[in-house]
Amino acid sequence: MGFMTFKGGVHPHDGKEFSKDKPIRDLLPKDELVFPVSQHIGAPANPVVAVGDTVLRGQKIAEAGGFVSAPIYSSVSGTVKAIQPRRGAVGDMVKSIIIANDGEMREVEYTPVKDVTSLSKEEIIGKVKEAGVVGMGGAGFPTHVKLSPKEPGKIEYIIANCAECEPYLTADYRRMLENPKELIEGMRIVLQLFDNAKGLFGIEDNKPDCIAKLQELTKNEPRMEVCPLKTKYPQGGERQLIYATTKREINSTMLPADAGCIVDNVETLISVYKAVKLGQPVMNRIFTVTGDAVAEPGNFNICLGMSYGEVLEAAGGFKVQPEKIISGGPMMGFSMFGLDIPTTKTSSSLLCLAKDDVAASETTACINCGRCVSACPEQIIPTRLAKMANHGDMAGFEKWNGMECIECGSCSYICPAKIPLAQSIRTMKKQVLAERRKKS
Amino acid sequence: MSDLYNVSSSSHIRSKDTSSKIMLYVVIALLPAAAFGVWNFGLRALLLILVCIATCVASEWVFEKLIHKKSTINDFSAVVTGLLLAMNLPHTLPIWQAVLGSVFAIVIVKMMFGGLGQNFMNPALGARCFLLVSFAGTMTSFTYDGVTGATPLALMKNGEGVDTMKMLIGTTAGTIGETSVIAILIGAVILILLDVIDLTIPASYIISFVVFILLFGGRGFDIAYLTAHLCGGGLMLGAFFMATDYVTSPITPMGKVVYGICLGILTGLFRIFGANAEGVSFAIILSNLLVPIIEKFTIPRAFGQKKEVKQ
Repeated sequence: MGFMTFKGGVHPHDGKEFSKDKPIRDLLPKDELVFPVSQHIGAPANPVVAVGDTVLRGQKIAEAGGFVSAPIYSSVSGTVKAIQPRRGAVGDMVKSIIIANDGEMREVEYTPVKDVTSLSKEEIIGKVKEAGVVGMGGAGFPTHVKLSPKEPGKIEYIIANCAECEPYLTADYRRMLENPKELIEGMRIVLQLFDNAKGLFGIEDNKPDCIAKLQELTKNEPRMEVCPLKTKYPQGGERQLIYATTKREINSTMLPADAGCIVDNVETLISVYKAVKLGQPVMNRIFTVTGDAVAEPGNFNICLGMSYGEVLEAAGGFKVQPEKIISGGPMMGFSMFGLDIPTTKTSSSLLCLAKDDVAASETTACINCGRCVSACPEQIIPTRLAKMANHGDMAGFEKWNGMECIECGSCSYICPAKIPLAQSIRTMKKQVLAERRKKS
Repeated sequence: MSDLYNVSSSSHIRSKDTSSKIMLYVVIALLPAAAFGVWNFGLRALLLILVCIATCVASEWVFEKLIHKKSTINDFSAVVTGLLLAMNLPHTLPIWQAVLGSVFAIVIVKMMFGGLGQNFMNPALGARCFLLVSFAGTMTSFTYDGVTGATPLALMKNGEGVDTMKMLIGTTAGTIGETSVIAILIGAVILILLDVIDLTIPASYIISFVVFILLFGGRGFDIAYLTAHLCGGGLMLGAFFMATDYVTSPITPMGKVVYGICLGILTGLFRIFGANAEGVSFAIILSNLLVPIIEKFTIPRAFGQKKEVKQ
C-alpha cells in the first residue's frame, strides 16, 4: 500500500498503548452536571430553561444564538439548579446551566426516521442543526454550517477524519472498532447531501485493524473509499488530511469547500447518524482518560456535562500525582489547573502526565538548525516568525506567512533549544487578527 | 489551592534532541579527520587541537563571567569551534598564535555579537582568516615528513602535477584536518545519519564549484584536474562541516541552494583567479555575510499558497 501523507510533521511517542485496548465503558453521571452555553465556534447558545425547571434527558436547555451556533441538550433528567459562570477547559469563565441529576435518566421521546433516503437535503441539514452537532474533534464548528456550502454541487470529497494523529488519544480508534457501521451510516447521510461527492476515510496506518474493518464494510460501497495514511503528526490536521487524500492544497484564506472537500471527524459523523436516523441530539461522546499518571486508563462513553474529575474517578484516579493535566492531546490540548471543569462536545480526552516536559526543559539560544522548518507542515519558518512575534514585528510576521500557521505545535516539539515557538506565533496571530478587525 | 497543576501553552511534549547533543554529534563526526590529522602530522597536531579547544572553552567561560551571564560552555559549541579552528591550522603554527586565534574566534566573532546563535560569521573561519592575514608566514608554511613544501593545490596553481590518490587518503601537506578526504567523508556520513545536516548545502556547493572549474579552469573536462581540485585544500572540510554551520547559513530551503551556489562560485573565483591557491575560507565567510540578503529573497511559499501573480 502506498500510504498517503503530507510534507513535514513530527513523530512523537504515540502513547496509545495505555488505552487502545480498553473497550468503551458507559459512565453514569453523579449529582451535578454543568453545561457551558458556548461549546462551539460562533454565538453562545441562549438558555431556554429557568432555575427550578424540571428537565429530561434529551431536552433542549439552550437554543442556538444565531446561524453559526448550536443548541445544547441535557444529558440527564433532573432540575435546573443554577445558571451561572463556571470555569471551562480553556481557563475562562463561561455562562453555564447547572443541572441536579435525579439519577432516573428519564428521556424525551425521539423520532427516528425509518428511511433516511426519503428525507430531503434541507430536512437532513435541519436535523443536524437541531441536534446541536458540532465538529467534535476539537474545533467545535457547527456541522450544519459546514454541510451548507455555497455550491453543494462542487463538493467532490467528504473526508472522514479518522487519523487521530494526536498521541495518546484512542477515542476515535475505539469508535471505529466498536461502531464502524454507525460511522459508515453517518457518511452515507452526508453523501446524500452532495450528489457529486465521494466519501473518503483517512486512517493512519498505526490502526491497521480499523483500516481492515472499514475496508471490509465499504467494499460494496462504490461511493466510499478507505485511504490509509502514513502515521505522522499532524496527519489529521484539516489542510494536511485534504492534501494527503486528494493532493489539493488550501491555505488560511480558504475553506475546505474551496477545494471541493468537507472534513468531519469520526465522532461528528456518528453524531450526524444519531441526529438524522435516531433523532437524538448530542448528549454523549467518547472520551479517553490516559497518561502515565492514571491508574486505569480507558475509553468512556460520557454524558456531556460531567466533570473531568468525575471521569478520572471512573478511571481509578491518579496512580501518581501528575505535574500536568491536559484536556485533549499533548500536541494541541489545553493544560488545566484543576479537575473541576465540565466536559463539553469538544472534549476528547483527559491526559495526565507524571512529568511535565515543558517545565523540565530549559530554553537555550536558537542555533538556527532548521528542524522547525523541516517539521512545519505549512512550510513556513517558525523560528523567524517567533522572533518577529517576540519583537512585535507585525509586518514582517505577515510577510513571512505567519498567518498560515495551524498551531499544530510541531515546531515547539522538535526544537532542540526548547523554545516555545508555537506559543509566540499563536500570540502574534491573535494580535494580527485583532488588528485586522480594528481596521475593518 | 494545593492541587494546582502546571499550565502552559501547547505543545506539552518535547523531543529528546537538545542543542548540546547536536554539538556533541558534530564533535564526534570531526573525530575521524582529527585523528587522521594527528596520525599524519604527529603529536604536535594533537597539542594544537587541545590548545585550541581549551582556549575556546576558557575564553567563553571567562567572557561570560565578566559580563555576569550564565555560563553556556555546557552546550559544547565552543568545543566545536576550537576543534574546527585547529583543523584549519598548519600543525607547525606557534602555540601563542593558536591561542590568539581561539580567543579571537570566541570573543570577537562569537560573544561580541551575542553568543551562540547570534554570530553572523563562522567563528573558526573568522579566526582562521584573521590568523592568515596577521601571520601569513606561519599560516602558509606547510611541513610534511620534515620537509617544508607546497600543498597540492599550490603545486597545481604552479602547473605541476599532483597525486590524487594521496590527496584522497590525506598523506599530503596541508592543515591538520583538511587533508584526508576519506576521513572527512566518514564524518560527513555520520552527520547525515545522525540527522545533523542534509546534503542541500554541500551538494549545491560542490556541484556549482565543479561547473565553475569546468567553465573557467582552463583545462576543459580534465578528470584528474577536477578530482585534485575537489580533494585539495579545505573544500571537503568546508563543504560538510563549515558551510553547513547552522548559525551562519540560511534557514530557508531555497536559500540553502543559493548559498551553496554562492560558495561554489566564490571558491572557484578565488582558486582560479586569486593570488592564493586556496579560497574556501574566504568564500564561506563572505557568503556568511550574504545570508540575511539571501533569506530575504527566498522566503518560502507557504503550504497551499498560490504562486504570486505579478500584476
